[in-house]
Amino acid sequence: MLLQVKNLHVSINGKEILKGVNLEVNKGEVHAIMGPNGTGKSTLAAVIAGKNGYEITQGEILYNGKNLLDMPPEVRAQEGIFLGFQYPVEIPGVSMTNFMRTALNEIRKYHGQEPMSAKDFLARMTEKKDLVELTSKLTNRSVNEGFSGGEKKKNEIFQMAMLDPQLSILDETDSGLDIDALRIVAHGVNKLKTKENATVVITHYQRLLDYIVPDFVHVLFEGKVVLSGGKELALELEEKGYDWIKKETENHSK
Amino acid sequence: MAQDDKQLIQEVTQSEYKYGFITNIETETAIKGLTEDTIRFISLKKTEPEWLLEYRLKAFAKWKEMKQPNWAQLKIPEIDFQEIIYYAAPKRKKELESLDQVDPELLDTFNKLGISLDEQKRLSGVAVDAVIDSVSVKTTFTETLSKHGILFCSFSEAVKNHPDLVKKYLGMAVPPSDNFFAALNTAVFSDGSFCFIPKGVRSPMELSTYFRINAANTGQFERTLIIADEGSYVSYMEGCTAPQRDENQLHAAVVEIIAMKDAEVKYSTVQNWYPGDKNGRGGIFNFVTKRGICKGDHSKISWTQVETGSAITWKYPSCILSGDNSIGEFYSVAVTNNHQQADTGSKMIHLGKNTKSTIISKGISAGQSQNSYRGLVKMTKRATNSRNFSQCDSLLLGDKCGAHTFPYIEGANKSSIIEHEATTSKISEDQLFYCQQRGINQESAVGLIVNGYAKEVLNKLPMEFAVEAQKLLSISLEGSVG
Ligand SMILES: Nc1ncnc2c1ncn2[C@@H]1O[C@H](COP(=O)(O)OP(=O)(O)O)[C@@H](O)[C@H]1O
Ligand SMILES: [Mg+2]
Repeated sequence: MLLQVKNLHVSINGKEILKGVNLEVNKGEVHAIMGPNGTGKSTLAAVIAGKNGYEITQGEILYNGKNLLDMPPEVRAQEGIFLGFQYPVEIPGVSMTNFMRTALNEIRKYHGQEPMSAKDFLARMTEKKDLVELTSKLTNRSVNEGFSGGEKKKNEIFQMAMLDPQLSILDETDSGLDIDALRIVAHGVNKLKTKENATVVITHYQRLLDYIVPDFVHVLFEGKVVLSGGKELALELEEKGYDWIKKETENHSK
Repeated sequence: MAQDDKQLIQEVTQSEYKYGFITNIETETAIKGLTEDTIRFISLKKTEPEWLLEYRLKAFAKWKEMKQPNWAQLKIPEIDFQEIIYYAAPKRKKELESLDQVDPELLDTFNKLGISLDEQKRLSGVAVDAVIDSVSVKTTFTETLSKHGILFCSFSEAVKNHPDLVKKYLGMAVPPSDNFFAALNTAVFSDGSFCFIPKGVRSPMELSTYFRINAANTGQFERTLIIADEGSYVSYMEGCTAPQRDENQLHAAVVEIIAMKDAEVKYSTVQNWYPGDKNGRGGIFNFVTKRGICKGDHSKISWTQVETGSAITWKYPSCILSGDNSIGEFYSVAVTNNHQQADTGSKMIHLGKNTKSTIISKGISAGQSQNSYRGLVKMTKRATNSRNFSQCDSLLLGDKCGAHTFPYIEGANKSSIIEHEATTSKISEDQLFYCQQRGINQESAVGLIVNGYAKEVLNKLPMEFAVEAQKLLSISLEGSVG
């Protein structure tokens, strides 16, 4: 098993946001996590990636059987976890090329590999930016600086392609994308899928799932996975709306 | 800021000075203290002509009437000028002809710094005039340079061999009474570099000098004079690292540049004097006067500095734009960490018509340090249709440091334009996390972001320096986070 989230409880400033999340992801699978705004989807992604500022009050996360919560964020990344950010930040003055080269070589170093030669690196850049139809004009810029919303999202998938992670968590990569950009992004993600890696897409629209077809759909609601099922669950959710989930959970707790 | 980040900032900002070592070269020192006799001793040791001794003594008389300036945003401990040794020279047995004759321990020091003369000579094509403890040890590449008629030697040699040039230009950009530290330097300067580029000559190589402070308690008073005659060009580099010491060491250098008609001088510095330990103990006091005159029409002087060292930095490389259509530039990255204090910037004095100046200053503060930009842009009545653009940015790492900006503007004519922009920013947690999520640890992330921030200035450095400077920025800030 690639990722195992067990009874995860997370608080921010003393307020409990995740209230016992369970999630299992195997190699070769695509999972979708859906749920209304403010329900804890980004929090779950951030905690898996190792962002500061969250108190883990209960539970554990295993990654390839290793205790993920003991690892600093860069080691999680080096171990193969990639987070596609909902809001990618800008880093002025740091070119995309330099940024990716540093990242790639740090990851290689972690695995005892030599830095990639400039020639191979540039060839890889060209190949991967074509995958998501990013222009050189953009990759020559500073990280995310002056990128439109859609370009930032494409840039996340570009980085995913460059770093070739084992587990990708894509947080609302579809939000703010027009239909063309959505297709390009989805195409990129599908292309990168192998038997050895897994993808978790976080979204609150089912639209994305027409393009990235999940094996499993989980509904996160008020800090808990309240429903899990196959891809048809997304359609049902689309049809009945999140109010349906609300009622369902209320019935359950009665 | 999260607790982890704070800790990291502290770790990074507390990395010890990496070039802290001391060589054991026998040093012949003058008596402590500053009187006319001290000056006569220095002048005698250097077998200087009478006019230069007179020049020194006049400056000394002026200095005695002057007060140490206190307008900078600096807390300067009282300096006892009578406790300083004003002259130190490695004992020389005989004239040196090749590197083999140089003190092996000295060569070893260069090796530790990664600047062995040998290597420099073979690999980089850079002429090196190495100054250790005030006396030039060895000048290289003079032959190639002399083919082009370029004079590049120690200041003392210039006094001996080219007295007319020295006499003509010394003090032209920085008069003896210019300021307290310039007057002091003029009175007691030990040695330094002299460079003359004749008419129409483009220097075929970057000229560079490495300065080091070595003898304990020895103030260093370098004197550099660069003259670019009509239509000539030179790129000059100066850089230094100093051994770790507990006592504060005073450094008051003067650099003068004179650019004649159509001449261009690019002056680049990487300054990495010992900054003191993380508690603010020790470190160099660096009071430097650097000034260039664009004397002729269409001349250009450009200062680029990367300042990472010294406990106290007081330094304002300036340009007097005297010729019409002349250009002055100042590009600066100043890093302060721990208890370092820097008050640095530039003065652009526009005298000629259609003159242009640019100031790009990037301050980076970490630890408990204080980092100030201080600049003056002055347009005189005659300087019609002139322009200045100033950009002063501050980057803060952590919340115990300070950044300050003191831009002064004096405009006396209506056709000239002065533009000033300033920003203050922090490295955000989100930026750091973004880097970490891509596999880059926090220290490397800070290095990456800081180098990105300073890129505009680093790009102005000669290639040989740019790489070194990038490393230096990362080393100086390892782990500082905002
Ligand atoms: N840094 C934070 N400080 C305080 N509350 C936060 C913080 N981040 C998220 N929250 C709260 O946690 C809850 C879950 O947020 P989030 O994980 O972003 O939800 P989603 O991604 O599902 O929209 C929300 O109520 C949000 O307001
Ligand atoms: Mg979210």
